[in-house]
Amino acid sequence: MDIEAKVKQIVMDKLGVEEAQIVPEANFIEDLRADSLDTVELVMAFEDEFGLTIPDEDQDKLRTVGQAIDYLKGKLG
Amino acid sequence: MHDFKDKVVVITGAARGIGFAIAKSFVECGATVAVIDLSAEAVNAAVANLKQIGKAIGYVGNVTDSSGMEELFAQVVKEHGGIDTLINNAGITRDNLMIRMKEEDWQLVLDINLKGSFICTQKAFKHMMKARKGSIINIASVIGIMGNAGQANYAASKGGLIAFTKSCAKEFASRNVRVNAVAPGFIETEMTATLSDDVRAEYGKAIPLGKMGSPEDVARVCMFLASEDSAYLTGQTLAVDGGLTMH
Repeated sequence: MDIEAKVKQIVMDKLGVEEAQIVPEANFIEDLRADSLDTVELVMAFEDEFGLTIPDEDQDKLRTVGQAIDYLKGKLG
Repeated sequence: MHDFKDKVVVITGAARGIGFAIAKSFVECGATVAVIDLSAEAVNAAVANLKQIGKAIGYVGNVTDSSGMEELFAQVVKEHGGIDTLINNAGITRDNLMIRMKEEDWQLVLDINLKGSFICTQKAFKHMMKARKGSIINIASVIGIMGNAGQANYAASKGGLIAFTKSCAKEFASRNVRVNAVAPGFIETEMTATLSDDVRAEYGKAIPLGKMGSPEDVARVCMFLASEDSAYLTGQTLAVDGGLTMH
């Protein structure tokens, strides 16, 4: 599975949203109704799935689905 | 009697005193208890004793060691499939009059009693958050409610723990993780065994129920807070003190 598909799967699992809602511009908090703990859980799930550490200062850069995919591609690519 | 079969209960400072009594009560009710304490010797002795009744595993560690606790909690989850209840019980006293209290005695008490609870709560919640369930019980003290001459450091740590309990309760509620505190009053343990008869008599007069409590009195309230009987309780401090403090 590629990075994009894995990210979508994690977002679906963690936030309980439909696949159709997970578009690149979807903001986790505003569009997908994540609370602040959800965003921490998402980051932890990305870390587990991709075997990397996302520093606290980078977490603010992952506000949308697209930003998360781009960030992870950048780190892993 | 509560049934804690298949439940994993982590208790810090569980080798002796109230912590051991709590561990024993949970083991008797079928729980798998992870005993954390500083000394390998004390942990081994406690676990050997508990294993005669049921399931117990010993872990040697210092609650103020964040990376050590991170590993330890991950190990508990790996070996036992999760953590249902965390009981932050590890605590010490270094009593002295304020005017004479050394900074290191202030710091040590705050580190073990308060920072240790912060560290263990953070590690345990990481797993409970994913599981969407859990109960965290902080062992505070009536001293954290009423204060005590000669125990400014201990009172500050326990009062802090009560406030910490409330904040965590609010923060963790959406994940179905409850956080409550138990505030023991005068309980017969090694910590209070050194009190003189005069002091005991004085306390006896101040306690409406007229006697000191037993570690089992505290353990029973912990079992209530760990069980579904207290499903609608969070952020509370239950004083187990024979009526000494009423609020």
